[in-house]
Amino acid sequence: MTSTSTTLPRPPGFSLDLRLQQPLLIVLAAAAPLVALAFGASWVRVLDFALLYVLLAIGLNLVVGFAGLLDLGYIAFYAVGAYTWAFLASPHFGIHLPFWIVLPLGAAFAALAGIMLGFPTLRLRGDYLAIVTLGFGEIIRIFMNNLNQPINITNGPQGIDMIDPLTIAGIDLSRNLDLFGMQVPSLVLYYYAFLGAVVLALVLVRRLQISRVGRAWAAIREDELAAKAIGIDTRMMKLLAFALGATFGGVSGGLFAAFQGFVSPESFSLMESIVVLTMIVLGGMGNLAGVVFGAIVLTALPELLRHFAVPLQVALFGKTLLDPEVLRMLLLSLAMILMMLWRPAGLLPARTRYAHREGRKA
Amino acid sequence: METLLQQTLNGLVAGSIYALVALGYTMVYGILGLINFAHGEIVMVGALVALQTILFLSSAVPGLPPLVLLLAGVVVAVPACMALGYLIERIGYRRLRNAPRLAPLITAIGVSFLLQTLAMIIWGREFHVFPQLIDTAPMQPVAGVVVSPMQIFTIVVAFTLMGGLMLLVNKSRLGRAMRATAENHRVAGLMGINANGVIAATFIIGSGLAALAGVLFASNYAIAHYSMGFTPGLKAFTAAVLGGIGNLPGAMVGGLVLGLVESFGAGYIEHLSFGFLNSSYQDIFAFMILGAVLIFRPSGLLGERVADRA
Amino acid sequence: MITLLESRTVNKRFGGLQALTDVSLKIHRGEVYGLIGPNGAGKTTFFNVLTGAYPIDGGEFVMNGAELPVGKPHRIVAHGIARTFQNIRLFRELTALENVMAGHHIRTSAGVWGILAQSRAAREEERLVTERALEILDYVGIGRHADTVARNLSYGDQRRLEIARALATEPQLLALDEPAAGMNATETAGLRALIETIRADGVTVLLIEHDVKLIMGLCDRVAVLDFGKKIAEGTPAEVQRDPGVIRAYLGDHRAH
Repeated sequence: MTSTSTTLPRPPGFSLDLRLQQPLLIVLAAAAPLVALAFGASWVRVLDFALLYVLLAIGLNLVVGFAGLLDLGYIAFYAVGAYTWAFLASPHFGIHLPFWIVLPLGAAFAALAGIMLGFPTLRLRGDYLAIVTLGFGEIIRIFMNNLNQPINITNGPQGIDMIDPLTIAGIDLSRNLDLFGMQVPSLVLYYYAFLGAVVLALVLVRRLQISRVGRAWAAIREDELAAKAIGIDTRMMKLLAFALGATFGGVSGGLFAAFQGFVSPESFSLMESIVVLTMIVLGGMGNLAGVVFGAIVLTALPELLRHFAVPLQVALFGKTLLDPEVLRMLLLSLAMILMMLWRPAGLLPARTRYAHREGRKA
Repeated sequence: METLLQQTLNGLVAGSIYALVALGYTMVYGILGLINFAHGEIVMVGALVALQTILFLSSAVPGLPPLVLLLAGVVVAVPACMALGYLIERIGYRRLRNAPRLAPLITAIGVSFLLQTLAMIIWGREFHVFPQLIDTAPMQPVAGVVVSPMQIFTIVVAFTLMGGLMLLVNKSRLGRAMRATAENHRVAGLMGINANGVIAATFIIGSGLAALAGVLFASNYAIAHYSMGFTPGLKAFTAAVLGGIGNLPGAMVGGLVLGLVESFGAGYIEHLSFGFLNSSYQDIFAFMILGAVLIFRPSGLLGERVADRA
Repeated sequence: MITLLESRTVNKRFGGLQALTDVSLKIHRGEVYGLIGPNGAGKTTFFNVLTGAYPIDGGEFVMNGAELPVGKPHRIVAHGIARTFQNIRLFRELTALENVMAGHHIRTSAGVWGILAQSRAAREEERLVTERALEILDYVGIGRHADTVARNLSYGDQRRLEIARALATEPQLLALDEPAAGMNATETAGLRALIETIRADGVTVLLIEHDVKLIMGLCDRVAVLDFGKKIAEGTPAEVQRDPGVIRAYLGDHRAH
């Protein structure tokens, strides 16, 4: 949805030289948890969650940003992934499968849910899709809440706990790792695992973006009728976007369950879908760098509010007028409105598409 | 037989409220092609403003008769919501009328959450008891059916409003202008119709109806809450789609049908699902209906087709 | 003369309005076939039915002896029919090159797995598509704008880009809906040269146009629609002399 007449041209000098940018980012990403550790473990936790949200936002961006389909129930796929992990790797059913089975299964179930949801709705106008997906998200939540009787499947509102942690190559990420006499905290281990997932996701999604498939999505987003007229099977391509986007949701859901050790319906409210949507709106729909940026900023936001807004209010008014949660909702909703009104292409607009200039003079 | 009648009545009460809200969705959609996500929040604002007014008046002027209190609540809530509806259109949507379709949709979601948050700031997170100014206690059963004065009041008010709206749209100058604008903005403009004015009027009328629906809703269920608008809003949208979005009689029929389906569904869901599902699943009916309608009859019961041809 | 496309008693109704009535015509391989008629005669409707944008209410289209699928635009493109639109419909935020590369979609096959794994086949296909798309841009004369975002192109170049995108689908029949609309004399002359090149390269062209000079100069044969019916068919010279046509259509223009 970068198709807007008000896209601002990118100011010159805004982007660093790409050759410099990448190593810089790698160093930054690798060092982040160690820096955060200096400020306290809770900040590493925030970073871990930020990466999970980045993963979610990458997936949702594939649907909304690339293909232009507004999905308001995206968190349902996150839930499917999380509950798959909870069912298959916890004492709840007494099943303890390893991550390399559970994670792909969760992804597959999420993809299946995406196809089931997309199939009936994709020939309708985009705004119907928004409502139907929103409804779908709510239905999933209602089922999670109520499927504890007559047969206890989801354990209802209490959720499922004591979920198996992520264990890779014999290393249990929920425990501190003794590395040549150095203690690496669990939170940092998870950080690197999630970072790996995010980097992999970025590489894969970037490949899709600049491929035959990504172009078909962009075509559908820009003008569906014209896309059909050049032979794109628009329904198939939309379904593909839905399924792939859901896959990312499923994977991040699984990782979330393992990391948290606990899932309950509360984590999968509509508000969460909206938060992820705001992340990509803020960063710039369709633009991967923007999406990562938006996800990190908005995950850090509640923490920053807790640490700064509350003391500030106390200092100014002598008491907390707006608690951080309210303030966060306020900022999120304002961000959505103001971004659409004034900067619909996001803070980092997508204009970094691949240009084939080699050997051609403009 | 008695439960059948009883559930019909309950369904009609809920359904007539859905219908009032659905009208607002359908009018805006008919003219702008926009799903105004924030419309459900107008219901909430209407209920809470009325509540605030009633509480203020009953403490400032003790001894006022309940009907006067309720009327006062309505008299304040309706214009307040009308103004709110106008502001939302003017600030949030007007600039985006020619923007890509996702933009106004996302703005609408933002407005919806903004209103909820503001309401949370003003009225807190707690559930407020909405005073029962018209008796919700059942009267003497008639033919085994239990009905309260409030239920009768709700149905009468809702049908009167719907009738009034139909008259307005079909007989008045404004109504003609609305229909012309829905047909084609630019042509309507050429014919000397002030399209902006008509669109604003549409938002204002829809918001007024939503405010009343909010008061009726809160009165019936004796509760008001910052997030009370969301679910009825979603259901009302479903009702609008069910009836055929953009179609006024459709919204009314859709609302009533949805109310009835929910009422019967809640009553029989345990039997239908062999005890697997219970009445806590009542809220999924609306979504199931929405899905079914979109798959099998996207034009709704009375509407034109909505499938995306463009 | 080999028939490329034949329409057999094609009908289309919109509610009570009969937009097309038993339209039958044959387009020969390698010709430029003009479809003319007054406004509202059903020319664009014919395009829309042909390309599957609207469902057909009666009759059929036969391409290379095989009946075309109904109401499935993407499959009709696969059969070798590509179109442009009266009011240009480009992918406005994509570059010219990306627009044309998108046009290759139907003639390429890279799947999700190949793309994710960057298989040799997928990379090779991508390289070929890029190369081919650049060639097509050069071919229609806007190669120097390859990296320009479509909406920033001049009007004439946007028209050319739309043709380039259609050519990327490797059509046997290129259906152009008023390509010269809104063009000045120079642009129209350039367009005419382009269409002639396209024909010379073996692509059959179906042309809706209001510019009578362009039609008369370019078309091998012309069909005239009026109120959804074909009222004449023949060489431009024959059609020009047809009294019915003069009454319905050309008469208007001579009156100027």
